[in-house]
Amino acid sequence: MDPYALKTLNAERRARRAAILVTDLADGRDRVVKEGDAVAGALGEVIAKAFRSGSSGSVEADGRNFFLNVHVPRPRLVVVGAVHISQALAPMARIAGYDMEIIDPRTAFATGDRFPDVALSAEWPEDVLKRQPLDGYTALAAVTHDPKIDDFALKAALDAGCFYVGALGSRKTHAKRVERLLALGATTEAIERIHAPIGLNIGAASPAEIAVAVLAQVILALRSRGSERNAKGEAA
Amino acid sequence: MDNTAALDEARDPLIIAENWMKDGKDVAIATVVETWGSAPRPVGSHLVIDADGNFHGSVSGGCVEGAVVSEAVDIIGSGKAKMLEFGVADETAWQVGLSCGGRIQVYVERLG
Repeated sequence: MDPYALKTLNAERRARRAAILVTDLADGRDRVVKEGDAVAGALGEVIAKAFRSGSSGSVEADGRNFFLNVHVPRPRLVVVGAVHISQALAPMARIAGYDMEIIDPRTAFATGDRFPDVALSAEWPEDVLKRQPLDGYTALAAVTHDPKIDDFALKAALDAGCFYVGALGSRKTHAKRVERLLALGATTEAIERIHAPIGLNIGAASPAEIAVAVLAQVILALRSRGSERNAKGEAA
Repeated sequence: MDNTAALDEARDPLIIAENWMKDGKDVAIATVVETWGSAPRPVGSHLVIDADGNFHGSVSGGCVEGAVVSEAVDIIGSGKAKMLEFGVADETAWQVGLSCGGRIQVYVERLG
């Protein structure tokens, strides 16, 4: 392995950015491809696919054998709102492999009793996100229904390029939210990335079902990154 | 895929390899590139080895590390990368507590 490639790869991994170490198995030459780097030809296609799936493996491209070692940060899920939906979502997210955190400044909601096994901050998103900034491998779901709590976090998620941004509320609620986010300086294009109403349309009725719909939509967003299929199925 | 939101710097094989390199050590990196059957460690897993045979990480959960380490020490000397293949015997697998019996291919190369 090229020492420079190792340094580059570790720097990307420390910064929670995705990168692939591409090794030509015939001559051992390697290089690091960062997510978003343009790679031509058949190799470029398999690399794009590997970034989406997160799976390492040997591939044949352009008549050569390559090994792609895919380093994708473990996705985080930040939920603003210590509500019913979040109670159902916490164990599901853990099972699906997401590190979930909940932020809610309302101390009556954000209690260890209601959320025994999940990182919980009974503080304003402004304060928590300053300490633990959002990034491209973080999903943010805002579910408090309270603009004072949700809006700042949504704007921060758009600014950080979170791979998923979702907000609970009806279309009417969302229309008002769009105006407030525009006033906060978000662009229309950025605001269109928000999944609202939140969750895949599976006809979810209960908080637990909405949690399923949200988690499914988060997974879809993660696995369709950078592809044409950036589906925006939505519901609740 | 990395298993924590933040890297576990003290245990991450690639971070350790970089630190060894900075300390002026000669290092080999072994990588699982293919698995068949129920292999204990997934494709992409690393074992890093220094010239004295110290190692971190895992390519098989204990079954074949010894063989990989001794090959790696040679490869540090020669600089010539090698593809190793192991059938993880059921009996061995049972002894180290693995329900495997798979086969793995491990690519071993010198760093630099």
